[in-house]
Amino acid sequence: MTAIEQEIRIFILDNFLMGREDILSNHDSFLEKGIFDSTGILELVSFLEQRYNIELEPEELVPENLDSISSLGRFLQRKLSAPLAVSAMDVSHTSA
Amino acid sequence: MTKSEQHMNASLAASHELLNIDVASETERIVTGIRAVVFQKFRRKGAVVGVSGGIDSAVVAFLCAQALGPERVLVLFTPDADSSPESARLGKMVAAALGSSSQLHDITPILHAAGCYELRDSSVRQVVPEYGAGYKCKMVLPDLLADDRYPVFYVVVQSPDGETKRVRLTAEAYRGILAATNLKQRTRKMLEYTFADLNHYAVAGTPNRLEYDQGFFVKLGDGAADFKPIAHLYKSQVYQLAAYLGVPEEIQQRVPTTDTYSLAQTQEEFYFTLPLEKMDLCLYGKNKGMPASELAPLAGLPEQQVLRVYKLIEAKRQATRYLHAEPVLMEPIPEV
Repeated sequence: MTAIEQEIRIFILDNFLMGREDILSNHDSFLEKGIFDSTGILELVSFLEQRYNIELEPEELVPENLDSISSLGRFLQRKLSAPLAVSAMDVSHTSA
Repeated sequence: MTKSEQHMNASLAASHELLNIDVASETERIVTGIRAVVFQKFRRKGAVVGVSGGIDSAVVAFLCAQALGPERVLVLFTPDADSSPESARLGKMVAAALGSSSQLHDITPILHAAGCYELRDSSVRQVVPEYGAGYKCKMVLPDLLADDRYPVFYVVVQSPDGETKRVRLTAEAYRGILAATNLKQRTRKMLEYTFADLNHYAVAGTPNRLEYDQGFFVKLGDGAADFKPIAHLYKSQVYQLAAYLGVPEEIQQRVPTTDTYSLAQTQEEFYFTLPLEKMDLCLYGKNKGMPASELAPLAGLPEQQVLRVYKLIEAKRQATRYLHAEPVLMEPIPEV
């Protein structure tokens, strides 16, 4: 397990599984296991942005990137090694 | 109403033949059940129905009137500062059509006193600092099916000059807005029970099957009731009953909304992310064990999307189990 995966695992165990380590492997789908409710997903996103000093774009909020500890680990490795890790804030404007 | 909204309602009203019911016998079954619950099980004299101007509460009011007699039904409207004026007008239309008595109780002063609007506005300001007087807002989800996105909530704000901005919420801001808006539903339910006490009535709940199954209700808010006579009916079946019972046409044609936020918000934006008639079919297909490949052509959706909806339905059931849970005792008390 990489250091990033270990950090994410600890965050999820502490915040969503209340320490019950046995019920989530690193490859389990968060969606299928019902790990997050609406608030939980936002907490995860806030944790990732603050801990790794990144900003997540709407198109990055997909299961391929976020749906397990191992997919999160791979996504973060890619994101952190990209030349511009910090991108524009996720805000869009339109006129009514 | 836009053309696409009219089309959506026409689709819902028509519904797929899979969801067709025998409206006369279903009405009789529900009416018999309401009588048994209200008069015999709970020994109450009638029912309070909180009416929103939408199709579900109108159908429940009509069913209660048929079951108990219109003189034993109290139609209650509880608008607040963010409610559409249309809601109260359509609600009154229901009471008038039934010949039942009605009460209007504006809950804005209660919500002000409880800090509801202040909590909502300060929560929105955490992510949109300029949000203030004259602004409107709503919470929305992205289109989860088109892009296979995670269900991450955004707030949409509209400034007094009409400019709109869509910003992803933080967990803290989301919880603040949710707590504030849930307070509205809980205040409404509190008043329903107050009028139930005054009249020795029971309180009718108005969720349809989609809402009940997917936890689209507020615990101890619109989720609380003494009986829920249409919780087993898919949304398009509610439309079938509405037509049979003679619910005013304007209510049958109205686009389902949450009527909770100051900016108009459809239920799809907030919760279902799929047109209700398609969501209806997907829930039916999943409940009946239909493979996605079989349901896809009937719902007019790609097979992959149906598979994704099936997964989202299950995930939502797990995530909202807490909302359905009764208070848990540390040991059984068999005497009561």
